Order: sequence, then C-alpha cells, then structure tokens
Amino acid sequence: MIERLGVMVRSQKVIVFCSVILALFLLITIFAPWIAPHDPNLVNVTAKLQGSSLAYPLGTDHLGRCTLSRILYGARTSLGFATLIFISSLSIGLIIGLIAGYKGGWVDQALMRFADGVMAFPDLLLVLGLVGIWGAGLRQVLIALIFVQWVYYARIIRGVVLSLKEQSYITAAKISGSSQWKIIMKHIIPNVLPPLAIMATLEMGWAIMHLSSMSFLGLGVQPPIPEWGAMIHEGKSYIRTNPLLMVYPGLMIMLVVVTFNLLGETLSERFGLNTDNKEGRVK
Amino acid sequence: MSLLQVTEVSYSYNFKMPFQSKDPSKNVLQNISFAIEAGTCLGLLGTSGAGKSTLGKVILGIQRPQHGKVLFQGHDIYNADKITKRKIRRNLQAVFQDSYSSVNPRMTAESIISEPLDNYEKLTLTEKRKTVISLLERVGLSERDAKKYPHQFSGGQLQRINIARAIALKPMLIVLDESVSSLDRVTQSLILELLNELKIDFGLSYLFITHDIKAAFSISDHLGVLENGELIECYDSKAQFFESKHPVVKRMSDSMLAEHPRDRSLTV
Repeated sequence: MIERLGVMVRSQKVIVFCSVILALFLLITIFAPWIAPHDPNLVNVTAKLQGSSLAYPLGTDHLGRCTLSRILYGARTSLGFATLIFISSLSIGLIIGLIAGYKGGWVDQALMRFADGVMAFPDLLLVLGLVGIWGAGLRQVLIALIFVQWVYYARIIRGVVLSLKEQSYITAAKISGSSQWKIIMKHIIPNVLPPLAIMATLEMGWAIMHLSSMSFLGLGVQPPIPEWGAMIHEGKSYIRTNPLLMVYPGLMIMLVVVTFNLLGETLSERFGLNTDNKEGRVK
Repeated sequence: MSLLQVTEVSYSYNFKMPFQSKDPSKNVLQNISFAIEAGTCLGLLGTSGAGKSTLGKVILGIQRPQHGKVLFQGHDIYNADKITKRKIRRNLQAVFQDSYSSVNPRMTAESIISEPLDNYEKLTLTEKRKTVISLLERVGLSERDAKKYPHQFSGGQLQRINIARAIALKPMLIVLDESVSSLDRVTQSLILELLNELKIDFGLSYLFITHDIKAAFSISDHLGVLENGELIECYDSKAQFFESKHPVVKRMSDSMLAEHPRDRSLTV
C-alpha cells in the first residue's frame, strides 16, 4: 500500500503536489474558526496598522483587525463563492450542452449562437456591464459570473456529445430499446464526465480570480465580510506605508489560482482534453 | 405475408438549416422494394457509397424515409402505435461493422449484453446473470468474460458480444451491417459459421449488408445488388449472379478472383 503510494507520488509529482496544496486550502476553509487567532471582524483601533507580532502574526489592518484571521476566514468567502459559481455554471452548461449536442438541429443552432454571443465579449467587460445594469452587490456579481461562465462548459460538452452520438453504441442502445433518457444517463453522461472534471479544475481558478477582481473593484463582496479581493481593495490606501496588507491576500489568490491551473493543465495534458478553443482567454 | 416488406423507399440526407434557402439534397435511396421471408437471409451487395448502410438504418427504424413504407409483419414501422413499435423494436436487432465503437467502453460485457434484457424483460438478478452467461456461451465466450471490459477483448470477441446482445431478446430479424467486414478471414469464417448456426437454432432471418461477395455467398439465401441508391438486380442463387449481364454486377463478379489462376480473367 505504502509502496504503491510512493510510486504514485514519484510518477505524478505535479498532480500530487497540487492536490496536497488544495487539500490544505480545504482544511483551512473548514477549520478557519478554530485556527484563526482572533475574530476577523473585531475592530481594535488602538492596534491599527501593526506589523507582525506574537499576538498578530501577520499584523493588523487600518481598523486594527487581525490580518491572519481575515485571510483564513477570507478563504471561506473566496473559495466558497467560487465553488458556488463553478457548480452552478457547470450544471447549467452540462444541461444546455447535452440538449444542444443531443437534439441538434435548430435547438442546437439557437443555443450555440446565443453562447457565441456571450463569448464574443471579453469576460470581465461583460460582467462589469451586467453588474452596471443590475447594480453592485454580491448576488448580482455571482449571477453575472455564472452567466459568463456556463457557455464554456456548454461548448465543450456539446462537442463531446456530438462525437459520442456518432458512436455505434448509441445506435445499438436505441435498437436495444433504451429510452432517450436512459441513453443520456447511461451512455452519454459517464463518457462526458472525465473531460468535464479536467475542465472544471481549470475553470475553478477562473472563478476565484474573477470573484476577487470584482470584490477588488468594490462590486462583489461588501465590507466588513473578509474576502481576499476585498482585502486588497481595503489595503490599497496604505500601499506606501503598509504594502503587506495587499501582499498577503494577493499571495493567497495567486497560490490557489496557480495551483488549480497547474493541476488542470497537467490533467488535460495527461488525459488529452483538447483545450485549444480556450486559447486567448484571460486566466 | 413476408416478415419484412420494403416498398418504394426513397431517402435523402437533407441538411436543412435555418436561413438556408435551398438544400442540395440528393437521393441516397431511390424506389427500393424487396421482401425478406421468415427464416431466410437476404444478402445485399454494393460498393462503397451505394446506400447500403442507409438502407439498413431505414429498416431498423432509425432514419425515417421521405417516401415509401417499411412493413414488419404487415405493420408500418414508422407509423405504428407505441406498443406495436416497441414490439417491432424487440424483434428487429442489428450488429454493426465497427465492433469497438458498438460497445460502451465503460461497461462490462455482462452489462452490455443485459441492456436489451433490462429494457424488455423483468428478470431477477440471478435470472439475468444466468441468461447472460448462457448467451456468452452460445456465442463462444465463457463465464469468465462476463466481468471484462471491451478493451480486454479482441475485435472478433467483441463482435461475438455484439451478436449476443442482438440475440438476447430472440428477435425475428437481425440486420448485419458489414458485421464481418473488419475482421480477418479466419475470424470472419468463424463468425459466419456462428451466424449460420444461430439462424437455424433461433429461426432467425438476416439482412446481410456487405461489400464482400464471398461472405455474402456463404450465408445468403437470396442476393440483391445495390448501386447508387437503386436496387438493380435480385438473384435466388449464386449462378444467377454470375450469369448477370448488368455491367455493375459484371464488374463485381469479375473483381472476385477465381480460385485457380487459370480461370482468372486477364481484363481485370
């Protein structure tokens, strides 16, 4: 058992390394209230803008709140909402992609032309536009991000379904008397999942990055809720005197996004998912 | 009443898209009529692109023809009510050319073969397992193969699994669409032997679609030649096929090398 684990660690270094880091982040997210030394929202103006000390390992911000606690709790908001975006857009994309690919004809045409329309805009611009129309706020930002994100899933899934549909085993299943529903559940979805899982890893980085960007612009998560992008936003007034206030949350975002992307790229290289059509997309 | 009666079937692939004014449709099948009697095998010969596979799909009820009717035991398979359609579906099975892509790579042999059983018969797990094993044995595989995945089989073995799936419901007609064409000669003859046995044991009828004249001869009771979507001639025996004066048929029979070099034509 241990021997086999050793072989796996040696042969899949990058995958194991990334998985360990992501597992650590998961633990932080779950156990934040137990690890954090202070209440992340506890204001202590007498101790504002302090450097590292025993009581405040990463110092305090302009309201005297513990930076470390805010980063730990911030993992909950940043990763939690990113997961929400990712699961919602994946589900919508999966359903639309399945319908478009399986039904074909004008249904496919209509759905895909709409998707093309969404993809024609740069992601961030479209999100900003939508939030501009709907007004700032966490809910609006989440909906806008999901609206931009699902099309990428839908496109990939449609492509996979189209190629699967040509396989003789789908025809054979029809001839065996299987219903459409059964064919989708038994023959199509199991064969769509592997490329989808790889893609999801790549898209998770995107979701974290964009949610934080929106919060940084002051549109997403509102103060005083701790969130990495919002923390950078709050710290930017002190960039000359206390630059570390921006560096710490920035490092966290970078670490998570890079890890997700590295894992996704490695997986897609190893298991051959064609990600060419996503070139030029800002990660 | 014939088991299967095809009358004046025409089919064209028209890729009609919105905003497209004229579709360049071409008839893949034109006015095809023939019949298959119960317990017999009709061999359908044709070169590539003659419309053989399309005809197979039309008969299987997957592609509705623009004109004409396909009658199965007197029921129009495209206009029957739901219950009749389901009954016809059960009695009309198929084995395709590509044995690898005919099976879902994520399913075991057992679940592949039991798919039609799940759809039509309410069997307990032990009954189903028993049926699957007896089917596996019938097609020349063993109980050990039940838990294997498609990548663990060879092409010939996979084709046996496809045959097992096709006969699982004891159908009346099986459409064999180039079923032995991608196999080597030895495997081909073994599979043809198996098909011949099954035909007698289960009282099956076949529509044997192929470009391989020798394979068609070894299994068919009647022959038809399809060219450019038209059924040009039908024969009741091998001799009739060779006596044909039709240029397409002549070229076909000439392309078949005689067994002895002395008999080979020099013009080919």
